[in-house]
Amino acid sequence: MNNCYAGKLAGLKKQNDHGHTNQIVYIFQYTGSCNKYVINHTYTCAMSVSNTETFLPDFNDAAAIRYRNYRKLKDVVIRYLVAIGGSGVIAAIVMIALYLVWVVVPLFLPARLEQVASYSLPGGSEQASVYYAMEEQHEIGMRVTDLGGILFFNTTTGGIIKQESVLSDPSRSVTSFAAGDPAQRLLAFGLDNGSVLLRSHQYSVTYPEDKRLITPSVTGLLDGKPIRIDSIQKRLMLLSAQSDETQTTIAAVTEDGRLLLVNLALQSGFLGDGQTVERIDQTIQINTNTKVTHLVLDVEQRELYFADDRGWLYFYDISDKTAPQLLERIRVVHNNARITSLQFLSGGISILIGSTDGSISQWFPVRDADNNYTLQNVRNFDSQTAAIHSMVPEHYRKGMLALDEAGNLGIYHATAHRTVKIKQVNSGPKGMLAIAPRANAVLVEGSNGELQLWDLENEHPEVSWNTIWGKVWYESREQPEYIWQSSSASSDFEPKFSLTPLAFGTLKASFYAMLFAIPLAIMAAIYTAYFMSPGLRNLVKPTIEIMAALPTVILGFLAGLWFAPIVEAYLPAMFLIFIMIPLAILSTAWLWHTLPERIRLRVPAGSEAIILIPVIMLVTALVFGISKPIELWLFDGNLPLWLTQELGIAYDQRNSFIVGIAIGFAVIPTIFSISEDAIFGVPRHLTTGSLALGATPWQTMARVILLTASPGIFSAVMIGLGRAVGETMIVVMATGNTAIMDLNMFQGFRALSANIAVEMPESELGSTHYRILFLAGLVLFMATFVFNTVAEVVRQRLRQKYSSL
Amino acid sequence: MIPKNIKSWLDSGTPWIWLNAGAVSVSILMVLGLLTLIAVRGLGHFWPASIAEFEYMDAEGTNTLIIGELVDHENVPRSRIAETDIRIPEDMDFIDRYLIKTGNRDHLGMDFRWVVGNGMMDIRYPDELMAVERRAWGNLYAYLVAVKQNGQDDPADNSSVWDKFQQAIAETAVVHDAIEHIEKDLIGEINFSMERLRLQAKQLGDSGAQALLAEQQNQLQQQYDSHTEELSRLYAGLGRYSITARISDGSEIELPLSQVVRAYRPNAMSLFAKVSFYLKKLWEFVSDEPREANTEGGIFPAIFGTVMMVIIMSIMVTPFGVIAAVYLREYAKQGTLVRIIRIAVNNLAGVPSVVYGVFGLGFFVYFIGGNIDELLFAESLPSPTFGTPGLLWAALTLAILTVPVVIVSTEEGLSRVPRSIREGSLALGATKAETLMRTVLPMTASAMMTGMILAIARAAGEVAPLMLVGVVKLAPSLPLDANFPYLHLERKFMHLGFHIYDVGFQSPNVEAARPLVFATALLLVLIIIFLNLAAIHIRNKLREKYRASEQH
Repeated sequence: MNNCYAGKLAGLKKQNDHGHTNQIVYIFQYTGSCNKYVINHTYTCAMSVSNTETFLPDFNDAAAIRYRNYRKLKDVVIRYLVAIGGSGVIAAIVMIALYLVWVVVPLFLPARLEQVASYSLPGGSEQASVYYAMEEQHEIGMRVTDLGGILFFNTTTGGIIKQESVLSDPSRSVTSFAAGDPAQRLLAFGLDNGSVLLRSHQYSVTYPEDKRLITPSVTGLLDGKPIRIDSIQKRLMLLSAQSDETQTTIAAVTEDGRLLLVNLALQSGFLGDGQTVERIDQTIQINTNTKVTHLVLDVEQRELYFADDRGWLYFYDISDKTAPQLLERIRVVHNNARITSLQFLSGGISILIGSTDGSISQWFPVRDADNNYTLQNVRNFDSQTAAIHSMVPEHYRKGMLALDEAGNLGIYHATAHRTVKIKQVNSGPKGMLAIAPRANAVLVEGSNGELQLWDLENEHPEVSWNTIWGKVWYESREQPEYIWQSSSASSDFEPKFSLTPLAFGTLKASFYAMLFAIPLAIMAAIYTAYFMSPGLRNLVKPTIEIMAALPTVILGFLAGLWFAPIVEAYLPAMFLIFIMIPLAILSTAWLWHTLPERIRLRVPAGSEAIILIPVIMLVTALVFGISKPIELWLFDGNLPLWLTQELGIAYDQRNSFIVGIAIGFAVIPTIFSISEDAIFGVPRHLTTGSLALGATPWQTMARVILLTASPGIFSAVMIGLGRAVGETMIVVMATGNTAIMDLNMFQGFRALSANIAVEMPESELGSTHYRILFLAGLVLFMATFVFNTVAEVVRQRLRQKYSSL
Repeated sequence: MIPKNIKSWLDSGTPWIWLNAGAVSVSILMVLGLLTLIAVRGLGHFWPASIAEFEYMDAEGTNTLIIGELVDHENVPRSRIAETDIRIPEDMDFIDRYLIKTGNRDHLGMDFRWVVGNGMMDIRYPDELMAVERRAWGNLYAYLVAVKQNGQDDPADNSSVWDKFQQAIAETAVVHDAIEHIEKDLIGEINFSMERLRLQAKQLGDSGAQALLAEQQNQLQQQYDSHTEELSRLYAGLGRYSITARISDGSEIELPLSQVVRAYRPNAMSLFAKVSFYLKKLWEFVSDEPREANTEGGIFPAIFGTVMMVIIMSIMVTPFGVIAAVYLREYAKQGTLVRIIRIAVNNLAGVPSVVYGVFGLGFFVYFIGGNIDELLFAESLPSPTFGTPGLLWAALTLAILTVPVVIVSTEEGLSRVPRSIREGSLALGATKAETLMRTVLPMTASAMMTGMILAIARAAGEVAPLMLVGVVKLAPSLPLDANFPYLHLERKFMHLGFHIYDVGFQSPNVEAARPLVFATALLLVLIIIFLNLAAIHIRNKLREKYRASEQH
């Protein structure tokens, strides 16, 4: 039929040449098609007007045409506006998911490593390099040579900015070199007379004419004078040094194979002025045929590691400098392999060992049951095959770079157990390596006397599938664990980003909530839809539905501040009430059944719920009344304490039980309302048919109605679950928000949603933490979206089914 | 063996029906109980409670005098109280404990105190006991001794001390209001202009314009100086009166009247006086600003912030929601795609609100806000203008959160407009747009209203996303004021829901703040229930209307 309107008004003609002065005749002509018939009607219409002039413009009058065109234009404009606006709004909504994905994706993007410059070695290749470093902005690089030269150069051009030599006495020569923790910028030079020179490279930033200018400088530590390490003045062949504000520790191996340890502690004078240096000298006894190849001190100056040429690692506790103690001697590489590189990961807890077979292993001391520390091989990286020649740790993260003799550069992250990238850089067998403090640039000394600057983009190496969902062995922990701990005061902190405990918390909350809500909501729905009198139903349904609109912040507040203390004080009542109320209902039902019909019939059918209200109130009051005496009688007056002491069940005041009831309360109306609709919508003839065949009302309900409405009830539960999973304020307010994984009903948890609400405002834009919180949001989004879609599809199917029945 | 009649009763299924009925009763009781709880606790707070005075013997047997309000009572088993308590007879299993609000935090160190009922002796309610609400340190409960003017008793005046006190409070309140007016409005305005000039100066940069700006700045500075002069004069007047009061430990304390909000003697009050006091307090609660880290005073800024945010949100959400619904229902080709979109839109109503908060923070605040700052407010960088959570972003986030509600509701309304009405309009020669604007949409107006009201009800109660995109515990100024451009969309604001969370959980003195939280919760619940009932009412009317038109 609609087509009939598709025709158009072909013409409107005014005829006033009839000679009647008071009448105008209009002829409407309508052309169009209705189904297959073509219509061509002409209507004639006569109108009386008071004078000869018409009040309507001529159909083909310019104004009329203009007006028609205007209307047509308006129609088109509105059509497009609505289309653009409508699809825009819908696109905006859909964009939410895309935006979340867009923020999350960089977490999983591979690292990018690109060479940006290459130039011949600053200062020439006559001297061999022993160390490279870069400052914060990676504008200036530093090269240290084996003759004691320190050269600062522009990292993009290679032009030398400043150069100096540490040796003031030309007769001396440098025999060994060590750099301290990269963040401390300490350089140590071992001399051929058994002395050590300590230097520090510093960078000052100024802004002349609003342009950044970085000026490098070298300063001496401890007055810049040589420190005599070996009293018999032998050459120092291996060196390691660390220094902070209060003390400096130097370990060195002499040419005759002695291992010396010197500690210089700054002691403030009594009057605050004049500091004295207190010196401790120690010789660590090592086997004479042990040839030490690598020597490292940790940044806290409490541990000393050295490696020998047969693949053994020695672990000394030097926290007491007067009594170094060998804690462990352990073989750390595969058979036939040797240790080729030994480095600390940032923070000085984990030690990294590179070997001739190209594998890198991470070790750290782990406390065992007897409180002893033993080195454990925490993880291995086997991505490279040639001997690892040089390794550098990132300054602030638990990542590292390794260069092998085949010229491959490997980028790793320890916590994530991730080989981020392997790239051929043509460094040759003796390549050197440096990483910028912000881990965004790399210097590589190539095989043929050139230096390469590489741009590194490696924003989120700490994220892998395993760090987010799996167990990870974090530094200083006894075993691999699921931990969420996003921040800490110290800078060398290892972030722990496992979403597993949070997802567990979310599921735990939803589980207890559904345990409480599903029976109550569905049973209430069954009664309201089928047994309740219609008048009452019109009252009850909106009342329960109002609950859905109750802000959850109020439920959370009541749960945390009002309900939690009550539960703690009346815990026995909480257990009893779940038994007593059903019992009371059943006994009331039996009593009612035994009442004479005379009385029973006076109450209209479908009023059971009203009869039960006083009963339930009474029973609740009774249960609370006997709660204290029972507690006193059976549990020593304090059930929570009794649970903890006798059963080992920890009790938090704000726990999963409270949250379960509060969230249950929030989702009951949702589940109730949708399942009530589903049950109420079951076609009448099904029930009347069943009843006519002699089934009791309950049989009809259980065998016919519930069965027919079950998809609707299922979708109600799914939507309720979606709400429970995403519930935020109740969880924030009614649990302790500690990320523990424990099924105990009386302990708290930390849920995904609460974690986002608590941590998001403090997380730094674009950081890994920020993106992981977005990932948590995305997980929630997906979960609820799946639940809701399933529910919606099921519901639509059901609607079709009902209409076909 | 189960008796036969019981068995047949069980088989009939009647017990099941009763159990289901019980579920309804429990649900109804929970809802009503919750509302009653909130109402009683929330409204009870403003009633002037009697102040008790009693001798209290503590566990060691020493006596002290306690003055305060009885707030709470509990019955605890003996084991939860110290074993060696000489006051409690051996055979007593349960002990009454009372929570007393003793006030006088500055002198006693705490506001509240649990006392054991057995130790309370000689409880009395003297008429002369007064409660003084102070601007800091909470309530003072004491006996009034004297009112002093400039530190001196005024012997010439022989009216009663209490009348003098009330009069002095009234006088001081006038001065206090004047000070507040200058500090908040006038000086606030000058600061605002100053900041604007500073930014202008930064933007212009060259010296000629700088001189002009400096000139203006000077003028402002002069105004500012004259205000500060006025202020110091007023402050001197504020310190004129003080009172001497005797507190429970018998010591006499001095209290300057600048610290006093009001004083009353609840024990001497008649019922009528109590009612009028109650109403005054209730009014203060909804119209005043919070004091003492939000634990005292009113919640006006939170109400204002909530309303402001909701209004801005509905201005944004209603047209867009309606357009999207009209597009989906009237213009888009009905097919699988539209069905999928409809399901997606429905589902979005179920996505957790905190996810919208995350989106709002990332997209609106950091991305759009950050770009707006760079383009339009570059002069005030690095301190962000729009690149930080604020009113606009909160409203936008909630608009996105609630747009599915409006779409669903409007679509339902559109689908209920009888086909005959559309066809009639088209047959009369109206274009599709005209049909829509003149007949269909007016008929859907109530559905749109329903959608908007439901959206508002949802937005008013959401807190989680707001925590990320703009709500603060204490906003220094309202988002609407007398300074151009009057509506400050970039400002942070206060919100009733967040107020509940903040005062209830982050406040240093939770016990004192709790009644206030109940009152805030009550207000929020009332607003939301009212909105929902309105929506339900409109929806029912709408249905009636179309049922009538469909039958014709």
